[in-house]
Amino acid sequence: MAERRYEDGIVAGRLSPEAYALNFADLHPALDQHEAHVEADRCYFCYDAPCMQACPTSIDIPLFIRQIATGNPLGAAKTIFDQNIFGGMCARVCPVETLCEEACVREHAEGKPVQIGRLQRYATDTAVARGKQFYTRAAPTGKRVAIIGAGPAGLACAHRLAMHGHDVTVYDAKPKAGGLNEYGIAAYKAPGKFAQAEVEYILSIGGITVEHGKVLGRDFTLAGLAAGYDAVFLGLGLSGVNALRAEGEEAEGVENAVDYIATLRQAEDLSQLPVGRRVVVIGGGMTAIDVAVQARLLGAEEVTICYRRGPEHMNASEWEQELAAAKGVTIRHWLQPKRVIAEGGRAAGIEMEYTAMVDGRLIGTGETVILRADQVFKAIGQTFEPTVLNGSGEAIALENGRIRVDAEGRTTMPKVWAGGDCILGGDDLTVSATAQGRDAAESIHRTLMGEGGHHG
Amino acid sequence: MADIRSNFIGIKSPNPFWLASAPPTDKAYNVERAFKAGWGGVVWKTLGEEGPPVVNVNGPRYGAVWGSDRRLLGFNNIELITDRDLYLNLTEIKQVKKNWPDRALVVSLMVPCEEEAWKAILPLVEETEADGIELNFGCPHGMSERGMGSAVGQVPEYVEMVVRWCKQNTRMPVITKLTPNVTDIRKPARAAHAGGTDAVSLINTINSITGVNLDTFAPEPTIDGRGTHGGYCGPAVKPIALNMVAEIARDGDTRGLPISGIGGITTWRDAAEFLALGAGTVQVCTAAMTYGFKIVQEMIDGLSNWMDEKGHATLDDVIGRAVPNVTDWQYLNLNYITKARINQDLCIKCGRCHIACEDTSHQAITSMVNGVRHFEVIDAECVGCNLCVNICPVEDCITMVPLAAGEVDRRTGQAVPGEYANWTMHPNNPMKVAAE
Repeated sequence: MAERRYEDGIVAGRLSPEAYALNFADLHPALDQHEAHVEADRCYFCYDAPCMQACPTSIDIPLFIRQIATGNPLGAAKTIFDQNIFGGMCARVCPVETLCEEACVREHAEGKPVQIGRLQRYATDTAVARGKQFYTRAAPTGKRVAIIGAGPAGLACAHRLAMHGHDVTVYDAKPKAGGLNEYGIAAYKAPGKFAQAEVEYILSIGGITVEHGKVLGRDFTLAGLAAGYDAVFLGLGLSGVNALRAEGEEAEGVENAVDYIATLRQAEDLSQLPVGRRVVVIGGGMTAIDVAVQARLLGAEEVTICYRRGPEHMNASEWEQELAAAKGVTIRHWLQPKRVIAEGGRAAGIEMEYTAMVDGRLIGTGETVILRADQVFKAIGQTFEPTVLNGSGEAIALENGRIRVDAEGRTTMPKVWAGGDCILGGDDLTVSATAQGRDAAESIHRTLMGEGGHHG
Repeated sequence: MADIRSNFIGIKSPNPFWLASAPPTDKAYNVERAFKAGWGGVVWKTLGEEGPPVVNVNGPRYGAVWGSDRRLLGFNNIELITDRDLYLNLTEIKQVKKNWPDRALVVSLMVPCEEEAWKAILPLVEETEADGIELNFGCPHGMSERGMGSAVGQVPEYVEMVVRWCKQNTRMPVITKLTPNVTDIRKPARAAHAGGTDAVSLINTINSITGVNLDTFAPEPTIDGRGTHGGYCGPAVKPIALNMVAEIARDGDTRGLPISGIGGITTWRDAAEFLALGAGTVQVCTAAMTYGFKIVQEMIDGLSNWMDEKGHATLDDVIGRAVPNVTDWQYLNLNYITKARINQDLCIKCGRCHIACEDTSHQAITSMVNGVRHFEVIDAECVGCNLCVNICPVEDCITMVPLAAGEVDRRTGQAVPGEYANWTMHPNNPMKVAAE
């Protein structure tokens, strides 16, 4: 028994080896053929279906479910990929309970929507497993497009541009493509190295080169790309993390949740990943839930999420909150961080101040409570870092700290489009980023092919 | 408590639910299980003449058609009559009847179309003290190729002849089972009546191919790469059976002829509908083969609860009650005008009513009102066709509401006439009967 379950501090190997595999197994296992057919039969094939309207990528959901029901899963997969080339990951990570499944008329009728996400996974997994490639490149156009960021927005843009016959180069700072799909999604939502399998499937269309380890502002500049390519797409994501603004937050054991999740996702052996015995997570979004749940699954004895407002204000969906509760995470509301209590430079606890809403403003009440914690995760939102836009930053207008784009994804800088979390309106969803990347690609295509024609 | 005891042409049973002549009634083991479960009677699977046993295929005998969630909607078979020894069957029949004197036990028969063959088998059946015989003139596969089953049932003269032989050669009541594989069911029914039958039972199964295997291009069920037409039954055939029962019940020549209703009966409700159209008992097969014998408990309970609720004391209060309301199209009231109404509280906004009406009918249902998804009937376009009611996934969400006399039909701009008027009186009918 090498387990170190009740050891104080941040230590690895809290659980038995089998427990890690069990804890990080697929959250929603794949439907088998029988289950898929039973579920597909529940779809009413609605007219102008509400689920489809709720989908940021407007997948023709009734059609793909009917294709599954009639034994045509490959046809279903193509219906999905036509709108959303990341249909496989979206099937796993979309908050369907606030999107398609919330809109399902069966949710309205009986409180039990058709399991659209799992059906989508059934169809897309079938296509990926069979290596079925639906798209071929159009005749080469001779146009070259640079994309910064190999996340969902960047790769969705790249795939659509490649389809149209353009040559695409994708620059990414990380050693692997996929962005948050590879580094950010909770491990139990996309086990089995699915993110890389999906990236390979998407890139197999050809015409897309990915340059890894290339950092904007260090290895190249936006102005340089704009000069050297016919168009540029920015799918930069958010690289900044908000500070706690709590005294002592530099103590050892206070960590960024996104960095920790990235480390977790890349870990080959989870038993080697250290985690605290008592963990406090500050935040109320999906990242807070993801890090809290995974800390529990790694063997943390007590995990508490502290959020400064009420449950109804949390960005994490009700379903996500229930998931956390079911995994043994305690969620406490109306608490904001005041001071990290350190012993010998290491976090030992955190003093939280109670909050209240007074006249529509959130205020600290002055009363505090101390929670023991050997590890504190900051999950209070990420920010866009405009400095990376380098010297050309002036030409790209920001609004509320994000890149401003028009309805087609054009920035204020000529030849430059943007999408995903870095733009104003980006909402931290793979599915929205995919839609924005795809639509920007269509805009780029129209612009490139319309050159010498319409001007405007 | 409603009395659901049945007395059908003198054959008594504690309830009107019989098992039809089919695999579930092929031997004592099954029949005893059925009686233990509560079935009121059985028609023993068809016996043939003495001799070498019948041979069945050794590959699949059944095919099926499924609805959503793989619910069995239609079923077909290419099984022949009993392939067990005649005397074994007779011995078992005698023993079972002795064990279960209060249950109906009718024996189905099929022998060649020769009087001697019938004369030979009838005394053997009489000796078992079975309650009656059913003449299998229906089987559409296999036996019909040998001049029996539906090959007899499709020729009214043969039907009459064989029925007469049987009536002349046995004291047992005779039920004549009819094949639906004819253009007019009244012809064989009239023939059976003319031959002196005590009752008819219908329908037997319908010629069918349940599907085609798209890998092997062979019909289903497939036996070594080939298939043949089988007899179709199950819930899918109920409407066909109801109509044929009604046609016999309201025909001038056969009115009052006792009928045992068969065809897709799965629930008490199905059974009650057959009774209402004139059936005195009902026979079930596919539902039992799908769910087992226990379903009869629901049938007994459901029928008697419904009768209690509606104040029907005995089966005779129900049998034939719907027959006077079955008429020809030409007598339907053309002044009866309905409009669809959508209950907005029940509506789940699937939009199927809209798209069905918009694409395939009368453009009489909205999809959007003031920019909001909303489904509402446009009276000026609605012809009252009932399509939206039928395709709506929520029961009673859409209903057809008749307009009162004097109300203006917004489709025609005319007030609804108060009086009954049918096609025979309509001005557009060149054959119309002059009004008095």
